[in-house]
Amino acid sequence: MIIDHPLLGPRDSSEFTYLGDARLIDRPDPDGQDAAAAFYDYAYLRDNPAGWHRELWFHEAGDRSWLVVTRNTLTHEISKVELASDVARVQGRSK
Amino acid sequence: MRYSGFRVIKEALTGHKGWKPAWREPEPASYYDIVIVGGGGHGLATAHYLAKEFGQARVAVIEKGWIGGGNVGRNTTIIRSNYLLDGNEPFYEFSLKLWEGLEQDLNYNAMVSQRGILNLIHSDGQRDAFIRRGNGMILNGADAELMTTEAIKKKYPFLNTDDARFPIKGGLAQHRGGTVRHDAVAWGYARSADSRGVDIIQNCEVTGFRIENGVCKGVETSRGFIGAGKVGCAVAGSSGRLLGLANMRLPIESHVLQAFVSEGLKPVLPGVITFGAGHFYCSQSDKGGLVFGGDIDGYNSYAQRGNLPVVEDVCEGAMAIFPMLGRARLLRMWGGVMDMSMDGSPIIDRTHIDGLYFNGGWCYGGFKATPASGFAFAHLLARDEPHPTATAYRLDRFEKGYMIDEKGVGNQPNLH
Repeated sequence: MIIDHPLLGPRDSSEFTYLGDARLIDRPDPDGQDAAAAFYDYAYLRDNPAGWHRELWFHEAGDRSWLVVTRNTLTHEISKVELASDVARVQGRSK
Repeated sequence: MRYSGFRVIKEALTGHKGWKPAWREPEPASYYDIVIVGGGGHGLATAHYLAKEFGQARVAVIEKGWIGGGNVGRNTTIIRSNYLLDGNEPFYEFSLKLWEGLEQDLNYNAMVSQRGILNLIHSDGQRDAFIRRGNGMILNGADAELMTTEAIKKKYPFLNTDDARFPIKGGLAQHRGGTVRHDAVAWGYARSADSRGVDIIQNCEVTGFRIENGVCKGVETSRGFIGAGKVGCAVAGSSGRLLGLANMRLPIESHVLQAFVSEGLKPVLPGVITFGAGHFYCSQSDKGGLVFGGDIDGYNSYAQRGNLPVVEDVCEGAMAIFPMLGRARLLRMWGGVMDMSMDGSPIIDRTHIDGLYFNGGWCYGGFKATPASGFAFAHLLARDEPHPTATAYRLDRFEKGYMIDEKGVGNQPNLH
């Protein structure tokens, strides 16, 4: 698989390590009412879709940036690559 | 029809006209006491043990495609019970004992071959860890032997024991481990279950569950509604998709694992050998091909095929310990969809929906577990209580903090 890095251009996926579902950006509020249930869901449960999947990849052997890659788990086709910091900023998770 | 050597000779002399199909192709009935979704190794084994050990006859196995077409036909055929933790080892040892009596139990030649498995040691720390694991195995009634480099050289003279980077410092052997012809496992269980009245319904895809007031009443399928007292799901890599139809999210990600076979060679490899410094395991099939594999690719996938970096990594592992393989050509490679759980251990449990039961999360170790998984799932379905060796495989263990994490790497499925 080739991941089209927003800053560096097309890079081989072997330069990256994979974390998982991009919903891991949405860390629950540890002081929230239902924090225990929310963290169980966050840490352990997954949608695991067959089809398009937004996921976090880390450019470990490169610029060490986190990316949100939209990839099809049935075909390995990649339709979109974003910097995770941009995604997090839009969601209000990062400054 | 009972299979025997006499039968083979008789059929050989009469033009092989007496063989019958090994199982029927029934139309689905409107209701079964137990419906098992998934006609793979675990589902068919569950049906066999339900019928034979637990006296359940009104059972159906429904399968989207053809039986045995998923991971039971895609693995590297290794059986072993060399686990460390108390939640796992009694279960896998129970499985190995069932393997030892499988062919007599099924009246089917599954080519169970206890040719032994050897895990190589490359450092002092690894030796300590393997001694601990071997002691854990022995405490749970399994066999384990710590082999010295000299003993390994004698038995496997072709191994590169003096590699500059990863010299072989010994190994942990389980002589009762070995290989089994994987397709025959699916067929043997199917034939046995069918002969005891189980309906095996192929080309029948589950499209939904009929759930009324929190109780599962049956499954909607591409061939109509099938009512059921209990529904058991054993669909491995498709667990997320299937249980998603019941609005469940699972502690599972589906990943791709590749496996490989070389061209046929004369007998060179007398057992199963695993590399301890990378991830590589290899055995030789009775046809002569070297069957080997390594790590999962590491990303979510349902594609049943992987990518080249892992091929390179696996072949590097092969070259590190078997330099003689450098000239063997790779004949075939393929991928399967692994139900990677959050702690690397499986789940055999009820769900929060009455009448809906789940068997999955086998990661890439499901083949060796096939008999015990079927037995334990049948036990749970028939008696509504877990089999004594499978009490730790609870669905709620992640929430409660009772993870069974052999490697101690936490809730990161691609590291298990």
